[in-house]
Amino acid sequence: MRQILLFISIIFVGILFSARLFYLQVYQDNTNNLYEDNAIRKVYDYPKRGFVYDRNGKLLVSNQPSYDVMVIPREVKPLDTLEFCSLLKIDKEQFIKTYEKAYRYSPRLPYVFLPQLSKEDYAVLQEKMRKFEGFYIQKRSLRNYETTIGANVLGDIGEVNQRIMSKNPYYKMGDLIGMQGIEASYEKTLRGVKGIKFIQKDRFNRNIGPYKDGKFDTLPESGKDIKTTIDATLQAYGEILMTNKRGGIIAIEPSSGEILSMVAAPTYNPNLLVGRERSKNFTKLYNDSIAKPLFNRSLQGVYEPGSPFKLMNALVALQEGVISTDEKITCYAGYKYGNRFMKCHCRVGTRNDMVHGIQESCNAYFATVYRRILDKPENASIGINVWSNHVKSFGLGNFLNNDLYVGQKGRIPDRDYYKGIYPNTFYSTYTISNAIGQGEVATTPIQLANMVAAIANRGYYFTPHIIKEIKDETIDSNFTTPKYTTIDKQHFEPVIEGMQHVYTHGTAKHLQIPGIEICGKTGTVENFAKIDSTRVQLTDHSIFVAFAPKNNPKIAIAVFVENGYWGGRFAGRIASLMIEKYIKGEVTRTDLENWILNHSLEEEYAKPYSGEPFDINGKTKLQVIPTDEANKLKEQIKKLDS
Amino acid sequence: MFRQTDRHFKFDWVTIILFLILVVFGWMNILSASHTGTTINYLDISQPYGKQLMFIGLTVLLIIFILSIDAKFYERFSSLIFIFSMLSLAGLFLFGKNVNGATSWYGIGGMTLQPSEFAKAATALAVAKYISDLNTDIRNFKDQIRIFIIIIIPALLILLQNDAGSTLVYGSFFFVLYREGLPKIYLILALALVSISVLALKFGPILTSVLVVIFIVANYFIKKKKPVILQPILTAIACIVIAFGIKFFYQNVLQAHQQDRISLWLRLEKDPQKIAQMRRDILYNLYESEKAISSGGFSGKGFLEGTRTTGKFVPEQHTDYIFSTVGEEWGFLGSIFVIIVFVLLLLRILRLAELQKSQFSRVYGYSVASILFFHFMINIGMVMGLIPTIGIPLPFFSYGGSGLWGFTILLFIFIKLDSNRINEW
Repeated sequence: MRQILLFISIIFVGILFSARLFYLQVYQDNTNNLYEDNAIRKVYDYPKRGFVYDRNGKLLVSNQPSYDVMVIPREVKPLDTLEFCSLLKIDKEQFIKTYEKAYRYSPRLPYVFLPQLSKEDYAVLQEKMRKFEGFYIQKRSLRNYETTIGANVLGDIGEVNQRIMSKNPYYKMGDLIGMQGIEASYEKTLRGVKGIKFIQKDRFNRNIGPYKDGKFDTLPESGKDIKTTIDATLQAYGEILMTNKRGGIIAIEPSSGEILSMVAAPTYNPNLLVGRERSKNFTKLYNDSIAKPLFNRSLQGVYEPGSPFKLMNALVALQEGVISTDEKITCYAGYKYGNRFMKCHCRVGTRNDMVHGIQESCNAYFATVYRRILDKPENASIGINVWSNHVKSFGLGNFLNNDLYVGQKGRIPDRDYYKGIYPNTFYSTYTISNAIGQGEVATTPIQLANMVAAIANRGYYFTPHIIKEIKDETIDSNFTTPKYTTIDKQHFEPVIEGMQHVYTHGTAKHLQIPGIEICGKTGTVENFAKIDSTRVQLTDHSIFVAFAPKNNPKIAIAVFVENGYWGGRFAGRIASLMIEKYIKGEVTRTDLENWILNHSLEEEYAKPYSGEPFDINGKTKLQVIPTDEANKLKEQIKKLDS
Repeated sequence: MFRQTDRHFKFDWVTIILFLILVVFGWMNILSASHTGTTINYLDISQPYGKQLMFIGLTVLLIIFILSIDAKFYERFSSLIFIFSMLSLAGLFLFGKNVNGATSWYGIGGMTLQPSEFAKAATALAVAKYISDLNTDIRNFKDQIRIFIIIIIPALLILLQNDAGSTLVYGSFFFVLYREGLPKIYLILALALVSISVLALKFGPILTSVLVVIFIVANYFIKKKKPVILQPILTAIACIVIAFGIKFFYQNVLQAHQQDRISLWLRLEKDPQKIAQMRRDILYNLYESEKAISSGGFSGKGFLEGTRTTGKFVPEQHTDYIFSTVGEEWGFLGSIFVIIVFVLLLLRILRLAELQKSQFSRVYGYSVASILFFHFMINIGMVMGLIPTIGIPLPFFSYGGSGLWGFTILLFIFIKLDSNRINEW
């Protein structure tokens, strides 16, 4: 026993130490990572964020310097707080509060005392900064929107949150990231790659020199400039036309799928989401649950397409050979199926062939056609899948998979979709509303514009996209390879003929543009809202799709105006104006323009929230805006042209 | 005298190699902990690593000198060496230089010398000499007192110089005395003293006294052969006196920083704000050293690659906290290696000591093992946060000439004695 006491003690201590070492070094989670080593200070060098241009090289988004007032509490010497506060435009209470916060954060580390000074405040402050020891000014880069247009297209940048940081370790506290629009979808291209310097710290948190002589340091890589497909003038024009209305305009170049303009109304000035007021303004926009300015109606608004969808049914019918272009179908001011009746505004006994069916938007014609498509195979269950596949080949009913940050699938039903409602028997009459673009079909404005582009191209489309050019990079081949529909080329001509007739003889007769052969289709869609849990019908949505010129089309457009009543009333006028503006560069139909600028739908939108009973459609009186306001809009348009 | 001719081969090379490993590896870590900038000039004696290299060079001369002296010299002159050493300690009160609050150094030119590092070897020699004396019987109370006096003299002198850490090392002689026949009662007393102290500090003297009385009463009734009733009563009184005494000692004798260390170790302080304050103030070194060690992970950051070492996050890293450099740069593998080398060295010395035929050599060897073990246990235990902060160096590892030479003398006298054991019949 006496001999082994020391022996045992030595062994015991050896084992104890080994266990402790195991606990400290192996058991405890130690990431041996330079980035997580708090003995190494990481200093990031932020590259210039790429600029954004429109398709003609007009600068839309650039950068502006911003100045943060920083403080290192320990280095602060007594100062004239009164003067300092008045320079910063804060009161003494806020000064003390912020200072205490900074001190609690760390007495030794820099803290943002006041973020994002204006250039003017900075100029004044800079002169006197040396009087305030412990405070200094740090330059940061913010976005600068050169115009007020395209908030929904361009998007904005904001500070990363915890969720983003944990998902992507590239981003650190305080970094900026694209939140919406192009800023989000081309984040990687625009931001570049930040450089990093590793600096060895000592225990007082002082820098003692570069870690390993800067062996691991990297230089920043500038963000790349982006040229978008947006035509700034057309975009601005569209936004002015949509003032006091809600809805969207999507214009696409059919030969490339490039989005010429993408208007979502109401919109907002993108500069609101820059700088010190960002979060206040964002909250305001976010909380506007009635007008929803942050909701991109042209991408996210899912609506029943209405009559423009009849074009789709005509194409499928021709492809399936269930009707010839010459066959005439009699309309009895409606269509009778079983013991039910679908109304139409044709006179009783009108006999329409395909061109006239489209021209007059005859419900009976398309109900007949739709039933023939579904009933062609042995039963409608197979028929509806055939129909559904044709329609989906136009990019409807699914995400477009493009470079826009948001989107919606819309809905093109097939047999499976109806399984819940009609588990056993299924007849073509059950879904007859689809014949006229109501019922279960639903699309977003961009899908509708794409459908028109495919028609304009006579059978194919390019996925609509917003990117035109990135320096030294080829754009995604998904955007440059045509996608063919399941409809043969020859079937498009009669439908296009019909669309032209809409302008020359039909529902859009008053919207013609001299010198341009436009093909279009109006749409008027019933819609309902829930008010106090009762279903209340609202004024119809006004829809219009068109492309022009008929041969070698340059623009395909879909316009959607919420509660604008019939298609030719708001949407049609806007579509014609947009087409003329784009193709001619100027507007000759100033009568149309004046009408659009003079009329507002705001009263219409206020109705469901008024709490009082209200009239819709024909019984309403259209709101005319005061002349000076309309003149202001005209001024803006004039400015575009200069 | 043919036995003298091959004496170089009789040295215990295992011990020597383990010693060399520790010195070389120790120096590498001193280099890591003390180098600044990117260029390293090994001979720059303005830098700790350069100085230490010089100390190591001088150590080689010292070893040759120790090994070339006749083994009998150490036994014969042990008393003289001891007296000289005690005088050098006492001289500090007159000529000593105050560094960091302790008056433990002589300043000679630009250098400093710390006599307490050499006093350990001297005391070990004296203890060995006294115990091996034919007239000494350690079971004899008078002899026990005399040995205690031998040990207490240097301990007291060092304590008065305000170097409490080095004083504690003299407790290691307990292992030696116990091995040589010190009655078991001392072991029991020592254990009782330690446990009563800890209990009294942690739970207060009253509760401790109650526990002790219950224990003694229970013990009395369990035992078949009942001792005289007076014995347990006296024991109980003694224990209660100790319990209250230790509280008094803690509150009135210990200095504030020592109180804080113990209070943190035993978690006596309840106020979280005060704990945080104490941690910042006195556990800062420990906090940083633990962090450095754990940041090394399994395989470490690599030689000269430790970021916390380079950033000088651990104060005193090249002296008392040198093991944290090992932990950071060499990781679990390197740290375990050091632990193993130390354990092997200690066990080797222990084994050699038991093999000695002369009692003097055996006691001396045992003292060497005990002293090194104490340093090893306290230093690494402290750096890893297992025991309260006690500032003593890690043998052969920590920066410092006196320390290195003191331990080298301690060890190599034994190697010399061991090489001579064949001569002793």
